[in-house]
Amino acid sequence: MDPAIQNLVDISQTPAALNAKADVVLERARWASQVFQRYDREKTLAIAMATAEAAQAKAGEYGEWAVRETGFGVAEHKTLKNQLSSVPLVEHYSDTDFVNPRIDEATGNLEIPKPAGVIFALVPSTNPIATVYFKVLSALMTRNAIVISPHPAAREVSIDAVRTLAAAAEAAGGPEATIQVIEEISLPLIDEFMKSAKTDVILATGGTPMVRAAYSSSNPAIGVGPGNAPVLVDESADLRSAAAHIVDSKCFDNSVLCTNESVLITLADIAKPLLRELTGAGAHICSQEETARLRSYLFHDRGFNVEALGRDASWIAEQAGFKVARKTRILVAPIDLIGVGEELSREKLCPVLGFYAARNMKQAITQARALLRFAGAGHSAAIHSNDDQTIMDFAASVEVYRIVVNAPCSQGAAGFSTNLPPTFTIGTGFFGRSSVGENIGPHHLINWTRVAWHKDQPRPAGALGGAQLKHAGPLPKAPADGVPGQSRQSFVPAPDRERNELREQIRAIIAEELRSVLKD
Amino acid sequence: MSQAKQDFLEASKTFWNPNKTQFWQDAGVDLVIDRREGYCLYDMDGKRLIDVHLNGGTYNLGHRNAELIEVLNAGARRFDMGNHHFPALARTALAESLAECTPEGLQYTIYGAGGAEAVELAIKSARNAMQKRKIVSIVKAYHGHSGLSVKTGDERFSKTFLSEDTLDEFIQVPFNDLTAMEDALKGRDVAAVIMETIPATYGFPMPHEGYLPSVKALCEKYDVLYIADEVQTGFMRTGEMWGITKYGVTPDIMVIGKGVTGGMYPISCCVVNERAGQWLKKDGFAHMSTAGGAELGCIVALKVLEITQRPEVVSMVSYISDFIRAGLDEIQQQYPQFFTGIRQNGVIMGLEFNDPEGAKPVMKHLYANGVWAIFSTLDPSVLQFKPGILMTQELSEDLLRRVEISIGRAAEEIMGGKRQQVA
Repeated sequence: MDPAIQNLVDISQTPAALNAKADVVLERARWASQVFQRYDREKTLAIAMATAEAAQAKAGEYGEWAVRETGFGVAEHKTLKNQLSSVPLVEHYSDTDFVNPRIDEATGNLEIPKPAGVIFALVPSTNPIATVYFKVLSALMTRNAIVISPHPAAREVSIDAVRTLAAAAEAAGGPEATIQVIEEISLPLIDEFMKSAKTDVILATGGTPMVRAAYSSSNPAIGVGPGNAPVLVDESADLRSAAAHIVDSKCFDNSVLCTNESVLITLADIAKPLLRELTGAGAHICSQEETARLRSYLFHDRGFNVEALGRDASWIAEQAGFKVARKTRILVAPIDLIGVGEELSREKLCPVLGFYAARNMKQAITQARALLRFAGAGHSAAIHSNDDQTIMDFAASVEVYRIVVNAPCSQGAAGFSTNLPPTFTIGTGFFGRSSVGENIGPHHLINWTRVAWHKDQPRPAGALGGAQLKHAGPLPKAPADGVPGQSRQSFVPAPDRERNELREQIRAIIAEELRSVLKD
Repeated sequence: MSQAKQDFLEASKTFWNPNKTQFWQDAGVDLVIDRREGYCLYDMDGKRLIDVHLNGGTYNLGHRNAELIEVLNAGARRFDMGNHHFPALARTALAESLAECTPEGLQYTIYGAGGAEAVELAIKSARNAMQKRKIVSIVKAYHGHSGLSVKTGDERFSKTFLSEDTLDEFIQVPFNDLTAMEDALKGRDVAAVIMETIPATYGFPMPHEGYLPSVKALCEKYDVLYIADEVQTGFMRTGEMWGITKYGVTPDIMVIGKGVTGGMYPISCCVVNERAGQWLKKDGFAHMSTAGGAELGCIVALKVLEITQRPEVVSMVSYISDFIRAGLDEIQQQYPQFFTGIRQNGVIMGLEFNDPEGAKPVMKHLYANGVWAIFSTLDPSVLQFKPGILMTQELSEDLLRRVEISIGRAAEEIMGGKRQQVA
């Protein structure tokens, strides 16, 4: 085609075209969601599980691909995250019924689950595949349609993963286009998706600007803020075990999980032995000069240096201008200030851990609280302690909605080594300017219709007289009459002569009538 | 009815078309279309109607589709209709795009301004290529109202103007009757068979399985060209780009119109293969049309082709046709004696009623209930039911709700006090 014409016809950046682009994807998702809501629990679970199995089978491939494409993280750890977000995720919720009605015994109310409908989901570059898996499977378990918006830095792998899941869900009998992905990502287009009235809820995991944009869209949003987890170690803790957990957690996937420990806060009395244990677990304790170099390498005027995001410890040390042993797992940077004036007390999505020694427990807790008020409010914290009162005091004071005890925070706060719900979307609640303060899960993707009887004439206890939710199942395929194999109209035999003549006579009469009408 | 509307209708009778204006008043459809948007029309008195007539698929992508408005405006800043004698940028660009997306072998696009003109072009091209005059169409065919095209159709439209065929050049055979078709072709004096893939004005009777491919085979056997009139079956309305390919036929000539420009700037196209388009190589000046293939229309059509072929659209059509069919099946179960059948391919549907004029009261009650659908002129027992390919789920559900009520009222009116038996 002539380039001048091609240019003229290309209106793709106009508001009309952007709107239409988002509209057709969301409307297709709406159709899928409406059909999906006809499915019963058994079929729904079968689709979710089949999709999870397809996800699990590709966990390793996508783990490697994500590291290759984004340049950060650790393939082996990404693989593990991907695996945890596939079959085990569905298994975790397999006893929770998101499809059938329930009766609240306390009130006698009948409660019927209603899926959100169409979910628009933003996926970060740091955990692209685990997040895709998590959000897609959560949507499937609750009979929602989902549109994934990949991060540009992880575009290829995310698109491929969504396609894999979409194909698996469809092969298992899920409605077509229940799972879609935006392939040509641009900010104006994402904006169209977010503000469209056809988006029922935005699941926003990503950078702060994106999350704020989701909340500003006028649509319901579940957005999560950044993390900056303090980890407190007191004298009652098993220092060796604490150090091992902290180092394991901090080097897991090179610390790209927003639940990773940011600053270790301990007491001056145990600082030395704890540092020894950290060293033993693979940490390099930075000198004052090394810490200064790290600070200026990791933080620019514009904030965290994304070049360091998800890189390993020795690479970062080298970039910062000092050498460490190649097998070094994390860098520990002692600091003596928290909050304004100490950039290293910000979130660090790389294996660099701040280290602060407080005079006493009261000061330690105050510092942890200050750290979270500086950044990461509402997110996560960890404590290594065997003193229940200290744990209680710490938990009551810091402004987060999950605190991991004697476990690695990266994995623990995300529910993978604790009994928190497994997630890749951490609700940061009111502290973190979010609508939900829990670990996000499928239960956040439905609302319940509450059916309440008059207080004076309550519904008789027990089941609803055998009343059941009707699930019509998939839509039957409409015929394409006359197309072999797709026709529903029975082959109409040629009418016999007599009937044919009669019909012709009737037609002639009608034609005459019509003519007379038209003549009038 | 507002005074403004009454005054307008008087003016319409005085200056436009007295009989047609009055006909609709008598039929209980006092519609004066004013605002229009998406798949809805608004009467000048404000009443909203869901449009499932779409002027035969013209508004396939919705009324005043925003992208089409955008591209038309962009085009108008640079082009106008163009000069019909010269090679033209937009006209060639559209022809190239059509060659890419139309059935195999279709190469050149000859332009008209409306569907009838494209049919003229098809017939003229076929006659030139085959050096034969006869044209075979089906009984109750409808291909337009111009000189040659009107002769292919029912005499209801030609006799009024003393324009019916008097030279036995236009033969009509019953639809779905292969014997009659063979009888008509075996003299080898026929230039072309012209067929709507699914005859719209006849109420969308569906081709029997194998019928269209057999007609094509007969055309090959007796050296006749096959003209596919895809005006109402093209542009994804069957769930595939062209209805004719869904039925497994590769035509020699394809006629498209209506939906090709989404109702924003009229053009029509006759797309021919090498054989049918011979005259274009020998004497390109043999036919001309000042408004044919107006370049602004070509710009709009290019966007229509792009939108229509987006991957999302196929599943939209599939969802819409499945959902509406499921709903219609339920309605049919409620009124089985009156609502006797459904003809369907994609979003092309014909609703059959058990009364020779049954679609008329249905139309009337649909209108009263906010839906615009029209009876089939050449078989008023059938209602043409033509949802758009981008219908939203919400509007589809609303449509079905209104259709159920309207068919119920029409059934009551036609079947009288007889209680409808639920199957």
